[in-house]
This record gives sequence, structure tokens and C-alpha cells, in this order.
Amino acid sequence: MAMEKDLNPNSPRIRKLRDNSYPTTPTSRMSSNNQRDNHYPNIPNSPRDYNYTPSSPTARIRHRRRSSENLAEVNRSNVSRVSNLLLGDKNKYRSMWIRTCSSLWMLGGVVFIIYMGHLYIWAMVVVIQIFMAKELFFLRRRAHEERRLPGFWLLNWHFFFTAMLFVYGRIIQQQLVNTVSSDRFIYKLVSGLIKYQMVICYFLYIAGLIWFILTLKNKMYKYQFGQYAWTHMILIVVFTQSSFTVANIFEGIFWFLLPAALIAMNDVAAYFFGFYFGKTPLIKLSPKKTWEGFIGASVATIISAFIFANVLGQFQWLTCPRKDLSTGWLHCDPGPLFRPEYYPLPSWIAPFSPWKGISTLPVQWHAFSLGLFASIMAPFGGFFASGFKRAFKIKDFGDSIPGHGGFTDRMDCQMVMAVFAYIYIQSFIVNQDYSVEMILDQISRSLGHEEQKMLYVKLGDILQHKLQGRF
Amino acid sequence: MHKETAGDAPSAPTTRVRHRKRNSDVGAGAGKPNGSHLLVNDSKKYKSFLIRAYSTVWMIGGFALIVYLGHLYITAMVVVIQIFMARELFNLLRKTHEDKQLPGFRLLNWHFFFTAMLFVYGRILSPRLVNTVTPDKVLYRLVTSLIKYHMAICYSLYISGFVWFILTLKKKMYKYQFSQYAWTHMILIVVFTQSSFTVANIFEGIFWFLLPASLIVINDIFAYICGFFFGRTPLIKLSPKKTWEGFIGASITTMISAFLLANIMGRFLWLTCPREDLSTGWLHCDPGPLFKQETHALPGWISDWLPWKEISILPVQWHALCLGLFASIIAPFGGFFASGFKRAFKIKDFGDSIPGHGGITDRMDCQMVMAVFAYIYHQSFVVPEVLSVDKLLDQIITSLTLEEQQALFMKLGQMLQEKVIGS
Repeated sequence: MAMEKDLNPNSPRIRKLRDNSYPTTPTSRMSSNNQRDNHYPNIPNSPRDYNYTPSSPTARIRHRRRSSENLAEVNRSNVSRVSNLLLGDKNKYRSMWIRTCSSLWMLGGVVFIIYMGHLYIWAMVVVIQIFMAKELFFLRRRAHEERRLPGFWLLNWHFFFTAMLFVYGRIIQQQLVNTVSSDRFIYKLVSGLIKYQMVICYFLYIAGLIWFILTLKNKMYKYQFGQYAWTHMILIVVFTQSSFTVANIFEGIFWFLLPAALIAMNDVAAYFFGFYFGKTPLIKLSPKKTWEGFIGASVATIISAFIFANVLGQFQWLTCPRKDLSTGWLHCDPGPLFRPEYYPLPSWIAPFSPWKGISTLPVQWHAFSLGLFASIMAPFGGFFASGFKRAFKIKDFGDSIPGHGGFTDRMDCQMVMAVFAYIYIQSFIVNQDYSVEMILDQISRSLGHEEQKMLYVKLGDILQHKLQGRF
Repeated sequence: MHKETAGDAPSAPTTRVRHRKRNSDVGAGAGKPNGSHLLVNDSKKYKSFLIRAYSTVWMIGGFALIVYLGHLYITAMVVVIQIFMARELFNLLRKTHEDKQLPGFRLLNWHFFFTAMLFVYGRILSPRLVNTVTPDKVLYRLVTSLIKYHMAICYSLYISGFVWFILTLKKKMYKYQFSQYAWTHMILIVVFTQSSFTVANIFEGIFWFLLPASLIVINDIFAYICGFFFGRTPLIKLSPKKTWEGFIGASITTMISAFLLANIMGRFLWLTCPREDLSTGWLHCDPGPLFKQETHALPGWISDWLPWKEISILPVQWHALCLGLFASIIAPFGGFFASGFKRAFKIKDFGDSIPGHGGITDRMDCQMVMAVFAYIYHQSFVVPEVLSVDKLLDQIITSLTLEEQQALFMKLGQMLQEKVIGS
């Protein structure tokens, strides 16, 4: 989740360090597992350490716009606990400026990519995923053991590649088949690949497993098994949510953009509400979050969900599903969800406002539920990441984004939301009949194009007979 | 089960012994001065042989009974085995000291277990469940809506477990709790992947469950026997009692027996028919082209020696050869993985449920790898061969209602149209 980012290595999120009055210890403890706790490499660690005063628990700060690089933050160390909340921070404006800059850049980049289209968004998701996986793989490596196991690092990327082939193969199967024309050689290649996709991925996985077993080294079993399990957990976390994200994208950019925008909105709103009104701490895991920020953000998110859905639902570029892998403009019938319905205002409001009625898209009610989830449940993704970082004594997952930390820091709440959005869409929005889908799946997988046409014709005949037989 | 005894000479790495009939209590035999651990040289092997043979016979007998009873009972057996495996594995890395400070944490493990079970078996059994319930009753509506919202239900259960986990994070115990959380996920994934594939195989026809399982058993037994009589060269450092002679002998035997077993098993309709619903009665079906006998005339030079002029082969026997090849070459790596794992975490066995053999996970480690392969092989190579337009049409007419058939027709039309436009 984007909310908290305390990137100042001075401020110990580890409670026990509070009692430790020796200035150099916090840095050494924090950098034991994490080789990069200095986000601005040209500034040495040591001067800040000497300024550290242990009496104040300067824990993680909540909001996006706060910079890590705040030397004057040490002034706060003498202030009491309540003023650790953003309300009392003197330099928050400067940090806000730095974070705002990088946020604007990220926002601009995302808008540009959305304009470019589905394939580019997919590419962006894949790139983000690679960076996340790299950050997470890096986290638990220990350089000492790593030197004695050449090629072990490569094994991680082998599993990554296998997972990518498996996940994206399944999702874009239909789109891929539709893109390639039936008479060329490449069609046979592609359809053969799709047909045997599971076997190929399985054998790649088994090859990785055998490679792993054959490289088990005598004194290093525990480390290797730990790494193996860690690799699996990372890949599962990263690929589950990114596969659902990509599935959402091809359903229609709307279903990717709306949840992501809601999470960003929730973060920003929580920041501002905490900035102006925050008093009561929310949860021990993230001491800078406040109940006022949480509730204010929830209300703001739900309202903006309603409004965003209306705004976004009017563009065909966003609402049409993409059936193949082309990049041109889309024209389609968006479906009943995106047709405006007109509700005349009840008579007691009508004299007060200039409008006679409001038109809503039916999708706005669905956006309501998405907003509810985004404000209440998605922050738990951020809590999970905070707890994880505390458990393993790391400050951030990475340092790719100045002012924000690594990719995983940005994406933690997005991950939870993407999965929910996919499941919500599949259960409540797309009308699908499970048995029909299964048989369709079998048809598309096992039968060739000609055979499918034959099946279609025969089924048509049978249904006609049945209908005629009724009358 | 016999855990590490004090009498074990430290020079002998008493890890899992490969073969079923060998008692792990072989430490006395390993006390030889020159440290030779191979089965051939062990003097107490006959006694341990008897103990293991006894429990093996019981297991095989119980298994045969359940196969006779049918698909649902086999599924129930798989579920029970799975529960025991999960329990063994959950217990492995728990530390009682920390657990006392975290009441209700174990309950979280079982919550995730239940969610995983609902998810996995819901997906596999839902078409059969729909076929079992007659369309005009209230139960049908309930079942179809449960199936429709199945993913949403499982997801909400998972998310509530996730939120529960976060709310119970206790201050000094973050690392332990996160490790347990990760461990729980890994266990559930390992256990449920293979058991879901096993159950999917069962409902395709008991043949596709029984053949792979028997091949693994045969591989084990013959590796033991060949190692018993001929084993000299060690195979892999992870399992010092395995030998190349045992490995190769077992491979050849497994492949030959795959060929023969497929022939024998393929003759029973009970084993080869798929089960379309959740009933337990006898099955009658058209087994399909794979199980129809084809006679091949033997080439002249063989027929001079043997009394038969021709042999009849079921086409499925060629598929069985592939399964046998996998069972003999790759499935043992499941055993190596488990051995390495036990060494890494310094445990002797996963549990002690089965006398003479260890825990259930010890028995199932190779089976797990094989079950996944069998399912993938079946879906990729057997089903397309067997499925034809007419068969699919039959399936559509029998298992879908009229509205569903019309919906299918429309969607198929759309799909075909998109393809034409795309090309």
C-alpha cells in the first residue's frame, strides 16, 4: 500500500531499538539483511546516525508524499508521541513536495500507457512483475552462501520463466488463437503450443526440480530448501495477482483502471485526512495510521468510486473487451452495464437543483462494492507488508522509486485488490455458466477449427429439431 | 516408528531407506567397520523384511478393498490420506514454546485447509454434483448457485483467514508467525495439488488412478529386490542405500509390468469407465477406442518359437509405457526431494503412522509426483485422442439443459465468428 513510507534509516520501526541508546546500532541492525538502506547513495549513513536520539518512537509515516530524505526529521525526536503523527511535523511540506514529484511522474506514465492500449498495459504489468520478483528474490539471498552455489540464482529465473509461460499461456490462449490466421504455418505452431501448454510447463517445472535436487550440496541443504520454498512463495504471490490483473485488462481496461485508481485514491485521501485530522492510532503494526484517516478515506473512496465509474464508463476504449492481440481502436457494444439509465429526481429535490434527473450507469453500483472493498480490506495488504518487513527487519523491499521505496511497496495493496476485482467480475458481472464454460473450454482445446465448425452445424441442427418438436 | 536411536553409529547416515520392505531400524547393520551400507551386506535384513512385508500386505489389501467399493470411496480415502499428511507436515515445524503464546493459531491452519479443500474439490466435483441432483428440485437451485459463487465464497473465506492472521500478529513473534503462514501455504499447495489431480483422475476412470499408483509401488518393490540381490554401486549421495543396479532393474521391470498391467486392467469396465455423477452403482459405458482390442500378427521369426500366432493389444498399453517410463525415471526424484528435505531439517521421518514405513508422507512422496504427471498426460494426450465431435455432442446433449445448450450454441457461434474476423 502506498500509505506509509518512512525511508529515513534513522527512525527505527523496530521497537526494541528504542531502548538502545547507542547511535550506530540501528543502522547495523537494519542493514544486516538489507543491503540498501540508503536511498540517496551520495549521502553517507553516518552523520544521520549520530543525530539519532532514541527517546521517540519515530515509526513509519503513513503517506505517499513524504520523502525519506528528511534530515531535519531528527528535530522531531524531541517531540512527544502524539506529534509523531503527521499533524505535528514541521518538515512535512518539503517531503510532500518530493513525493508529489515522483507520484506525478508515475501517474503520467500510467496515463500514457493506458492511452496506448491493452498490449502495452500488459507489458507494463509484466515489467513491474519482473522488478517485484527481483526485489523479493534479492531479499532473502545471503551473499555468503550464494558464492558456494553457482547457478542457483539461475534456478530462480528458470522457475520464473516457467510460471510466466504457464500463467500467461492460459490467459491469452483465446486471444492468441484469434490473432493468428488459420492458414499459415504459424497457426499450427501456435495451436500446437497451446494444446500442449500444460505438458510443456510441467516438464519445465520438473526439469527445474531435478536440477534443484542434483545441485543439493552437503552442508547447505537447509539454505537451499529455504530458498526453494521462498522462490515458490514469491512466484505464487507475484503471479496470482498479475495474472488476474492481465485477465481484467483483456476484459476491458475499465476493470483494471477502476480498482487501481480506487486504491490510489484511498491512499491519497488517507494521507490528506491524516494530515489535517489524524489523532487516534489505528493499528500497532503501522503506528502512523489513524482512525480519522481511515474513515475519511473510506468515505472519499466510496464516493469517488461512484463518480469514477460514471466518468470512465463513457469511453469505449476502456469498456470494450479485447478479443485478440491487436492494438487498434476498439468498437463494440459495451453491454447493458454501460448504458445510461435515467432516474428522474423525486419531487422534493427537484425545485432545489437545476437538473431534472440523474443518469447513472448500472456499473456504478458495482463500483460501489469495489470501493467498499478498496477502503476496508485492501489496506490489510499494506498491514501484511508492514508486518512482514518488521518480522524480517527490513526497511523497504527495494529502492527503485525515489521517495517511495521499491515496487513491492507500491503494489502491496494493489495486489489484494486485483485478485478481488477479478473474482468479483467473474462471479457477479460476467454471466457465466460453469458447465457451459467447461465444455467450451474442451471444445476450443481439443478440436480443430474445422471440427468446431462441424460441431456448431450439428448442434444447430439438433436444437432446431428440438424446438420444432415442441410445437 | 523407530526414530533415531542412540545405537546408531555416527558414521552411518541413517536416512530414509528406499525400499518398502526394509525396516529403518537397520542401524545395527550399519555398524560395520568399513561403513558399507548397501542392502546386500546387511545381516538383519530378513527380520526387517518381515515387518515391512506384513504392513505392506495390509496396506495393499485395504487398498484393493477400497478400489472394489468404487469412486466415492477412493475419493474418501484420498481425502483421509490428505488430512493425515497435512497434519504430519503442520506438526513438523511447529515449536511448542511459541505456540503456547498464540492461542488459536493452529485453528488458522485448519481454516486454510478447509478453504483449500472447498476450493479444490468444488472445482473438480461440481459437474458431477450437478449431474447427481435432479433439475426440478430445490436442491438443484441451491447447488447451482453454490457452484456459481464458488470462487467468491472461497475467496472470502481466504480473505477472512488473511485478515484474522494480520489481526493476531503479536509483537515479538512476527517472524515465527510469518514463517508458519508461509509454511502453511506451501504444505497446502503441495498436498492439494496432487490430491486434486488424483481425484480428477479417479473420476476419469479408476484405471487412470490405479495404473500410476501401482507402477510406483512396483518400482519401489523391484528396486528393493534388485538392490537386495545385486546392489553394489551407490546411486546418489542423498540416499546412500539406493544403488544403480536397483534403479535400472526397477526401471526395466516397471516398464514391462506397465505394459502387462494395462492389458489386465483395461478389460474391466469398472476400471475404465468414467463416472459422470456421484452415484455408487455399477458402471456401464462404451469404454472408447483406447480399450478396444487390436490384434497384431506376430512377425514370422517370433511366431516360430511361440505357440501364439498373433497378440491382441489394447491401444492404451502404449500410453502405459510412457507412464511406466516416467514412473521409473523421474518419480524417484520425489523420494530424493523428501530425503533431502528430511536431512535439511534433521528429521528422521515425517511421522509414525505406519509401522515399518514411517508416516503417510513418506509413502506418498513419489506418488505425488506421479499423480500430477498422470493427470497432465491424460488431459494432453489421451483426451484429445478420445474426444471426437460425436462424443462431445453426446456429452452436450446429456449433461446440459436446453437453455444451456442454446447458450453454448450462441457462444460457440461468437467464438467462431471472432476467429474468422481475426484471420
